[in-house]
Amino acid sequence: MSDFLSANLPYILTGISVGGQYALIAIGYTMVYGILRLINFAHGDVFMVAGLVMIYTTASLPMYISIPIVLIATVLLGFLIERVAYKPLRSAPRMSVMISAIGVSYLLQNCALYFTGGLPQTYPSIPWLSSSVTIWNATTKMVTIVTPILTIVLVFALAAMIKYTKIGMAMRAVSKDFETSQLMGIKINSVISFTFIVGCFLAAVGSLLYFTNYQSVIPTSGAMPGLKAFVAAVFGGIGSIPGAVIGAFLIGICENIIKGLGLTTFSDAFTFVLLIVILMVKPTGIFGEKATDKV
Amino acid sequence: MKKIIALVLVLCLALALCACGGGKAKEESNVIKIGVYEPQSGDNGAGGKQEILGMQYANYKTPTVEVGGKTYNVELVIADNESSNDKAVSAATKLISSGCSVVLGSYGSGVSIAASDTFAEAGLAAIGVTCTNPQVTQGNDHYFRICFLDPFQGTVLANFAHDTLGAKTAYCLGQLGNDYDQGLVNYFKQAAEALGMKVVTAEFPENNSDFTSYLTSAKNEGADVIFAPCSISYAQLIVEQADAQGIQMPLLAGDTWDSNAILAAAEGKNVQIYVSTFYAEGGDPDFEKGIKEWLNSNSEAMTNNGGNDMIAAVSVMGYDAYYTALEAIKKAGSADKADILATLPSVTLSGVSGAIAFDDTGDAIRDSAYIKQANTSDVVWDFVTVAKVG
Repeated sequence: MSDFLSANLPYILTGISVGGQYALIAIGYTMVYGILRLINFAHGDVFMVAGLVMIYTTASLPMYISIPIVLIATVLLGFLIERVAYKPLRSAPRMSVMISAIGVSYLLQNCALYFTGGLPQTYPSIPWLSSSVTIWNATTKMVTIVTPILTIVLVFALAAMIKYTKIGMAMRAVSKDFETSQLMGIKINSVISFTFIVGCFLAAVGSLLYFTNYQSVIPTSGAMPGLKAFVAAVFGGIGSIPGAVIGAFLIGICENIIKGLGLTTFSDAFTFVLLIVILMVKPTGIFGEKATDKV
Repeated sequence: MKKIIALVLVLCLALALCACGGGKAKEESNVIKIGVYEPQSGDNGAGGKQEILGMQYANYKTPTVEVGGKTYNVELVIADNESSNDKAVSAATKLISSGCSVVLGSYGSGVSIAASDTFAEAGLAAIGVTCTNPQVTQGNDHYFRICFLDPFQGTVLANFAHDTLGAKTAYCLGQLGNDYDQGLVNYFKQAAEALGMKVVTAEFPENNSDFTSYLTSAKNEGADVIFAPCSISYAQLIVEQADAQGIQMPLLAGDTWDSNAILAAAEGKNVQIYVSTFYAEGGDPDFEKGIKEWLNSNSEAMTNNGGNDMIAAVSVMGYDAYYTALEAIKKAGSADKADILATLPSVTLSGVSGAIAFDDTGDAIRDSAYIKQANTSDVVWDFVTVAKVG
């Protein structure tokens, strides 16, 4: 039993840790979708930019200053993207906003390509988080253990904010009915900006954790985690925060178990097959609300 | 009105872009262009840039060539294939349309194979620098190469794993759909199994960054050595995660890992890394002194070399490739691509990395590879042995 545990524990640990990182990104997707009915394709790239900002700031500043700078810069980036690329298209068909999102995604990737010169950049080691720790003969990094805990704490904080604060109430109202909440005097633009700010803040935290584990940033680093997080959000029912978190953990763990079984070739295929199956069997996801058409 | 404004804006943008691209130099009659077909971005960007450095240094040292009593300036035309098979053809087309006489490159076998037909249609000779997959030169007359091949490299590494490291089980890790990785893993497997070793193979998808599960599997399979001949960007992650997980078994890889990017990733870590490569530092002191001076005087070159003046084997190969091309131009007595193509099979050269001559398929005749080990405390490559197969 103990042999079995020590041999297979690393897979589960990695799965939980990766799941937590996907969860932090997935919340950004799901919240924006809940409010704007928009899949923000640039979200994965915002995550990548957060990683690059960290690399460039730590080159000249100490860690305790650069981490807040990363968080603030990422939040600002998210805010700017919304104001520049999505707000002018508020009354345009949804497809136009989606295309704008894809455009932003490529813009960010290509800017990153320009700044990094296409070379992989090495992410700095954050003290304590990067240190090794041994659990039942399985050696791993501290961040693996911190990630799920931090994720859960942040999710509970977010849930409390949505439930008990005024802005949270406004967010719930906007997600129920865009026009009516406007008529009720909710400042729709500030609610939307706030949603982006929260989403990007979580993505920045996610990027700190993710890149501490996988210390190399390339311009397409955000693509795969972004896609997986998107699948997690759909799996849990897009628009639902608990759904996104549970979906992300499930995907992270399943992916690593599949790798552990030796089917390494299929670990990504699994994630996307899951997406197709979910869309066929239960299009609204695990926690998704059933849309009722009011005629 | 709005539509007109939008149209004007779009046109302005397009014109501005044209202006950027349109600044081509006038065709000069006394210039010979050598195409450099290399990745400068993507997974192999770091390696490609180092290979280009070798060519640029060679070009800096010998910027002219004498053909038929007239001195020509040699100009390097660099096209970025972005380490991607999809971008290969457009990069190759760029070189062809700019009128190159011969092409050098690429780092990475996949992109070389992908662009091969494009070069063939244009009748342009290509000299592969460090693309080691046999398919690059097989079945065509225009692709040559100056490095050893993967069947050789795979055998060398398998022998080394078996004889020197005493490994009985090897865990092989390659990127899905990457010709270089899969080719080398395959040849290593054949050679290792012939030696009676057990080989377990695994594949990871593109853009994968989580290798902990693979490393755990290697441990659970009881592997004595991990063979991971993948791109540098993945290699950095593997080294990092192997250390974090306390993986003690040696990591073994091919020529791609011979890069200071790997050394930087391994600095101060408890990992054993062995690579097979084309050149070991100290092989030609004069050349090394020269290129180090050049690197130190050129800040951009220094950045492209990873911020220090360590010499990568691929830079040496790039340097030799440039002189091979010059030799071919001199011997052909013309800058015409058809003449160069016809002359190349008979070109011989004594390069920094050894004697260069081509066999019937256009491959270099080479019988030795260098094995080096990463010294994680001094951040240098330690020479281990010269391996021959015979």
